[in-house]
Amino acid sequence: MNHDPFKWGRPNDATYGAYNHHIAQATPYAYEEQHASSTSTTTSSFPKMNTQNPIITGTSVISLKFKDGVILAADNLGSYGSLARFTNIERLIRVGKETIVGISGDISDLQQIERILEELETTQEVYDNFDGGDDLKAPHVHEYLSRVMYNRRSNMNPLWNAIVVGGFDKDGKTPFLKYVDLLGVTYGSSTIATGFGAHLAVPLLRQLIPEDKDYVNITEEQARECILNAMTVLFYRDARSLDKFSLVTVKNDGEFKFEKELRCEGQRWKFAKDIRGYGSAQQ
Amino acid sequence: MNSTVASEYSSEVHSTPIEHRFNPYSDNGGTVLGIAGEDFAVLAGDTRQVVGYSINSRYEPKIFNVGDDIVMTANGFAADGAALIDKFKNQLKWYKFDHNGKKLSIKSAARYIQHLLYGKRFFPYYVSTLIAGLDEEGKGAVYSYDPVGSYEKEQCRAGGAAASLIMPFLDNQVNFKNQYVPGTDGKEKRPLRYLSLDEVLQLVKDAFSSATERHIQVGDGLEIFIVTKEGVRVEYYPLKRD
Repeated sequence: MNHDPFKWGRPNDATYGAYNHHIAQATPYAYEEQHASSTSTTTSSFPKMNTQNPIITGTSVISLKFKDGVILAADNLGSYGSLARFTNIERLIRVGKETIVGISGDISDLQQIERILEELETTQEVYDNFDGGDDLKAPHVHEYLSRVMYNRRSNMNPLWNAIVVGGFDKDGKTPFLKYVDLLGVTYGSSTIATGFGAHLAVPLLRQLIPEDKDYVNITEEQARECILNAMTVLFYRDARSLDKFSLVTVKNDGEFKFEKELRCEGQRWKFAKDIRGYGSAQQ
Repeated sequence: MNSTVASEYSSEVHSTPIEHRFNPYSDNGGTVLGIAGEDFAVLAGDTRQVVGYSINSRYEPKIFNVGDDIVMTANGFAADGAALIDKFKNQLKWYKFDHNGKKLSIKSAARYIQHLLYGKRFFPYYVSTLIAGLDEEGKGAVYSYDPVGSYEKEQCRAGGAAASLIMPFLDNQVNFKNQYVPGTDGKEKRPLRYLSLDEVLQLVKDAFSSATERHIQVGDGLEIFIVTKEGVRVEYYPLKRD
């Protein structure tokens, strides 16, 4: 036995190596940030940490252009890994008169974006009301968000989201639909879906609108039916989805329809009773 | 090293931690191509944007008329490409404010873009950049760059996903590489000559339809910017969408 009081109760150094005292003296990084000046001599030099992965997440946002507007849909689930943690998360955000922003990915970053957009809206209102500026329209919101997202990624501190912006062009008539994600990558299309929806929903949406320009032939009813069907299909196969969702329809006649607490209708589960472990019966 | 307890910590063998962190880049596919003629230059690119095996969009333009009869593209990581072109457009605007609307020569534009790229040498714009226009003598000019700003004036250059498929074809058809005068037993090289605009456009279309066949990230549409002394004009041709 080693009689050195410092070594009492310790596993044998010869076998396990010396105790790493830095473990006991490590501080949480948040503490260190607040006390950077006073504790710099005693703490480990743990670096400042940025988001490296999302925590509470929202799954796909799906969207379509039709001849006189856009439709967006997103379910109300906030997942904590594979745990369905929150079931009342609203992921569609109205900005200004006629713009809708759908956000998937990290929910805390979503809430940060919500605040950023609110600030944009209030500052922009000042210009619009007193200086006769342009109204805040979808292209402006998208451009602004893409700068925020690219800037954050360039500082290696991303907002962990994929965002769809829907609304109208500066003429107020032509439907506008564009995407931006955590890397700052942007694109426009007549059919856009984020996350799992990019794999599962986009083929269904593109079946309705095969060529980008063809959205001018699609009615609101057709677009709506297609989106509702895609939400049901996503609920079938996306394990991080919910059958409760919000749906926004924006039309160029000024109508802005925000529907909440919709359900995936017409689910067909008849096959399930024959599959072991699928239905309610446990055999 | 340790301020509280004497230990042999400094001699402890550490296992290297696995680093798993945010990757600020992605590959958005697509391919671009520039050819200089005697009194014109073309810059062409497909309009598909991808990430992984997913097609983001079938029409997302990546070639831009940046002003002063210069066309520009930055292919690779789409967000960096857009940022680089935005930055250049902005600087060109300020150049004109500061110099009484003076026209920026393509030579100066080319050198400036080198500085934009090298300025981010240690966090590069992940793109292959091309610009095209007319030089001071009115001849076609194409400049090409690597991601950190090495650049060169060339007759032709392909960039992006299918560059390795298109470039050898261009070497052969534009610079007549490995072509010899018939009957000289491979001793006399075929003399160089400028191609006409029609010949160049045909080459571009062939290059892109072939790249579309063999490369999954290329397709949907072909947008060609043509710079002549009359200005810049754009043509569009559909490509296969599979």
